[in-house]
Amino acid sequence: MIEPNGSGSTLPGPTGPQVLFASVDEFLNWGRTNSLWFLQFATACCGIELMQTGCSRFDTDHLGMLPRSSPRAADVMIVAGTITHKMASRVRTLWEQMAEPRWVISMGSCANAGGPFSKYSYSVLNGIDKLIPVDVYVPGCPPRPEALIDGTEALKERIRKYQMFGIRDTEAIVIE
Amino acid sequence: MKNDELFGLLQVLYPDVSSTVAETGEIQWQVPTGIFLEVARTLKDDPRFAFDSLMCLSGLDLSKYPTAVKGEFVGELLACVYHLHSFEHGHEVCVSVTVPKDETASIPSVEPIWLVAGYFEREILDLYGIAFPGNHDPRRLMMPEDWIGHPLRKDYQYPSNYSTWELKREGQNFTSGPYA
Repeated sequence: MIEPNGSGSTLPGPTGPQVLFASVDEFLNWGRTNSLWFLQFATACCGIELMQTGCSRFDTDHLGMLPRSSPRAADVMIVAGTITHKMASRVRTLWEQMAEPRWVISMGSCANAGGPFSKYSYSVLNGIDKLIPVDVYVPGCPPRPEALIDGTEALKERIRKYQMFGIRDTEAIVIE
Repeated sequence: MKNDELFGLLQVLYPDVSSTVAETGEIQWQVPTGIFLEVARTLKDDPRFAFDSLMCLSGLDLSKYPTAVKGEFVGELLACVYHLHSFEHGHEVCVSVTVPKDETASIPSVEPIWLVAGYFEREILDLYGIAFPGNHDPRRLMMPEDWIGHPLRKDYQYPSNYSTWELKREGQNFTSGPYA
């Protein structure tokens, strides 16, 4: 019987596949953390900071993060920007097209909770967590590239705990 | 050419067109919906007018100005305001078309005359619910296709949910918020 491990840091007892695949998990997660390809998905001004993060000053390439144009080739989806109700179904479709294990970083106030549009806008979705499970929230309007890199480092900590058969932490991390 | 000279020329052709001064001081030409397409064609093609550019096309909800037409109460109105510019002569005018505010409000599309009007009209269709028969692509522009209602109408009620998620929050009812 395999239960999703929602508790986080402590591993369960020596039963089930955890022990059997421990070394394999470690090896695969080593690969996953060091080649964290992200989906290019920028809908608003957070996208500018995402580009800045990818450019030469901050250079996500040296962290193994390459932008991918296809969701099928991406490991992590960085939702950078405002999501409207019309865009919402497209976000869900893109997330469903990504292969497991897949991760989501919500970048900026709009994607986190609707941001400046949350209260009186008729067209903006108040947070992408209504659509897809979010692993890391990066606050800011928009966040600095350092904050986004901090978010990816937090995500890597989570990926190191990922186990075979989709056992993973589900509680969201909030970068402060 | 001056605005009143242009208006004189147009009124010789179409006596039903009237000229009013808006609250902002801008001179607006009021055109009845029935002859609007004909008037628009003349404004584009007549070499004395030669309005070859549609600068701006706006929608308005005139619910707070129910006496907008010639001082008589005619019920609640929606309006489209067309700002036209002539590159040839350098003059510009503002043309206003009003329609009663209900579910069947419609104004003929000027997309065959000024191609740029297509997207403006889709936006007005989406947000004010004015139909534009003649537009080649009469779909919503900003809201999802299955959205109910037109958000910029003054009496719009924000729905409590859409698709699978809740929308209602404190202060999101437009009838009581600061934007009511």
